[in-house]
Amino acid sequence: MEQERLYTVTVYTENEVGILNQISIIFTRRNLNIWSLTVSSSALEGVHKFTIACRTTQRLIEAVVKAIEKRIDVLKAFYYTDDEIIYQEVALYKVQTDNILESPDFEALIRRHNAQVLEINRTYTVIQKTGHCDDTQRLYEDLSSYGVLQFVRSGRVAITKSTAERVSRFLEMQEVRERKALSGGAEMK
Amino acid sequence: MADNQQTAKAEMTGGEILLRSLVAEGVKTVFGYPGGAIMPVYDKIYDFKDQIRHILVRHEQGAVHAAQGFARVSGQTGVAIVTSGPGATNAITGIADAMLDSTPLVVISGQVGASLLGTDAFQETDVLGMTLPITKWSYQIRRAEDVAWAVARAFYIAHTGRPGPVVLDFAKNAQVGKATFNYKPVRFIRSYLPMPDLDDDKLRRAAALLNNAKRPLVVYGQGIILSRAEAELAAFIDKAGIPAASTLLGLSALPSDNPHYKGMLGMHGNIGPNIKTNECDVMIAVGMRFDDRVTGPVETYARQAKIIHIDIDKAEIGKIVPVEIGIHADARQALARLTELVNPARHDAWEAEFDKCNKDEIELVSKGETNPETGHITMGEVISTVAREAKSEAIVVTDVGQNQMMSARYSTFAKTRSVVTSGGLGTMGFGLPAAVGAKIACPKRQVCFFTGDGGLQMTEQELGTIMQEGAGVKIILLNNNWLGNVRQWQELFFGARYSFTRLVNPDFMKLAEAYGIAHRRVEKREDLGEAVRDMLKNVDEPYLLEVHVEEMDNVFPMIPPGKGVSEIMLNEKDWYKA
Repeated sequence: MEQERLYTVTVYTENEVGILNQISIIFTRRNLNIWSLTVSSSALEGVHKFTIACRTTQRLIEAVVKAIEKRIDVLKAFYYTDDEIIYQEVALYKVQTDNILESPDFEALIRRHNAQVLEINRTYTVIQKTGHCDDTQRLYEDLSSYGVLQFVRSGRVAITKSTAERVSRFLEMQEVRERKALSGGAEMK
Repeated sequence: MADNQQTAKAEMTGGEILLRSLVAEGVKTVFGYPGGAIMPVYDKIYDFKDQIRHILVRHEQGAVHAAQGFARVSGQTGVAIVTSGPGATNAITGIADAMLDSTPLVVISGQVGASLLGTDAFQETDVLGMTLPITKWSYQIRRAEDVAWAVARAFYIAHTGRPGPVVLDFAKNAQVGKATFNYKPVRFIRSYLPMPDLDDDKLRRAAALLNNAKRPLVVYGQGIILSRAEAELAAFIDKAGIPAASTLLGLSALPSDNPHYKGMLGMHGNIGPNIKTNECDVMIAVGMRFDDRVTGPVETYARQAKIIHIDIDKAEIGKIVPVEIGIHADARQALARLTELVNPARHDAWEAEFDKCNKDEIELVSKGETNPETGHITMGEVISTVAREAKSEAIVVTDVGQNQMMSARYSTFAKTRSVVTSGGLGTMGFGLPAAVGAKIACPKRQVCFFTGDGGLQMTEQELGTIMQEGAGVKIILLNNNWLGNVRQWQELFFGARYSFTRLVNPDFMKLAEAYGIAHRRVEKREDLGEAVRDMLKNVDEPYLLEVHVEEMDNVFPMIPPGKGVSEIMLNEKDWYKA
């Protein structure tokens, strides 16, 4: 049995209605659970970027990425292991202000975790921490003695270690193809 | 030109823009069924009667299957028009079938007005949501000004690259709303790469593998037909001296009498191609996707072989079997280049091994099926009689089940695009409407549709379409009063417990008579040849030939489910030994 690990899939798409559906059904069909999902614009104008984390085997993730890329409105899809990308998540925590005011260790805790306090009022305090899942989880555990009222963690965002968006090269090649197709169309059926 | 410019400036309804766009795409035939949410389009179809022939089917599933049959034999994109709600859901089986069998279709479904979307309006269904997983592209047209663009894009997507079905969900307000007609064919989509560049390095590596092979084997599928690579395939196997075997959907890409053609792959395929799959040293697969009915359990499939896979769909390469060289390319371009690169060669001894298997198969299986001397008429006997009388020139349409496997085994082909069958989805009821579509595309050719008593009754209402259009389809009903394929499996693998496979059938002669279709029933062997000749006499005349065949006949050879391609049953108890 092939080993499972966490993969980060990045998908570059045109800005069309229904793309999320087209992508998600590809995971559903293979009974794969999406661990986290983030959708945003990319550095390229008009191009949207999906960042999907999913735990599975290399063989399956490769099939999934090919199936995603096959969709007409998808420009390009890639998959990465954690060592190939720089990735980050953000977590928000809400605790009761009374509980932290009475604690002598709270400031040290925030400093140690490199967290930020976003808002303090009489009833609650909102803390933010960015990092990997383990980091935000550790802060959650440390804060639990203060009573965490609400906790939320975002999906993963990721950037590759290469210098440009890998999709740029594809788009450059496509521009050449477009000129060829529209000038004669000989190679197109 | 002046007229065109005037038209370009004039405002017209989205419905009219649709019809003008279809004309601009060269569409001359559409299959459809009207209903509430598509009525504005139908009102315009009425105006375009002299430019577009509309075939009124009896059920929307039939519209899509007919468009499939039309597309498969003509090489053009098939068009079906249906209404919203039940019209669209009835079309779904056909759309899924076209997706699995890579058939270029544009299906236009009516939809409620954009302001009613999401309100559970009358005959509103989420057509986009339902069809996204079974289409190459689905798009909802919500404004009249988007119609021409969407149609142009739909046709481009449907027929380029790996072809497939496209759905245009056409909201009623966009059908009646007005816009100027400004049609430009689409030749490029930024996010879509239908024709990959040839990778010459990979082709050179593939040629080197083939040049050093002792026992090479070509396996090919419908990709040959879809990329119009029939001549390139024939030239390639001729130069390199390689035996070739077809998938079910690849049948007729090579004429049956090509000396390198060794038969069909798969569960009920020919012995040689299946057994030799596990003996070849280099396999080159072109335009096929290693369907499980071809491979059996993958861990037993061609493990000894180095596999070269050429496919236009990148997602197919390495999907099922690990490959030595994956070539993402159009079959026609790749084969033409590969033919330049390979050395002329012959593998006579290796090819002779296939011929030995073929001889065994004729002796041990086929002879009894096509030429029985006693007992009831057999299915293979009927099919080979039709093949002989039609001189291998007919378009063979099949339904699904024993009739399909027997047709694939015992039909012979002289021309490409002569097989219309539901491969991937295995849709019973596909055949009759598909035959109508095939006949309308090729009225001068004989269209022989082989079906069973089960499959015919799944879409038999399309006899009405045959009657209304006078479509000269030859229906050959192999009646065994069973759901024969399921019954065969029950006999072989479920202890002969015949759970709900016995059919009590109507009088099919009366059915044909009700539709005014010429008909004849054959029960005796000595009447068969003459009845077939009578059926084929007038190519324009619809005909139902019912043949009472042996009820308990099974399709052999058979690779039972779960077994590898070299484990072949010859009958209920014997296995093939080379």
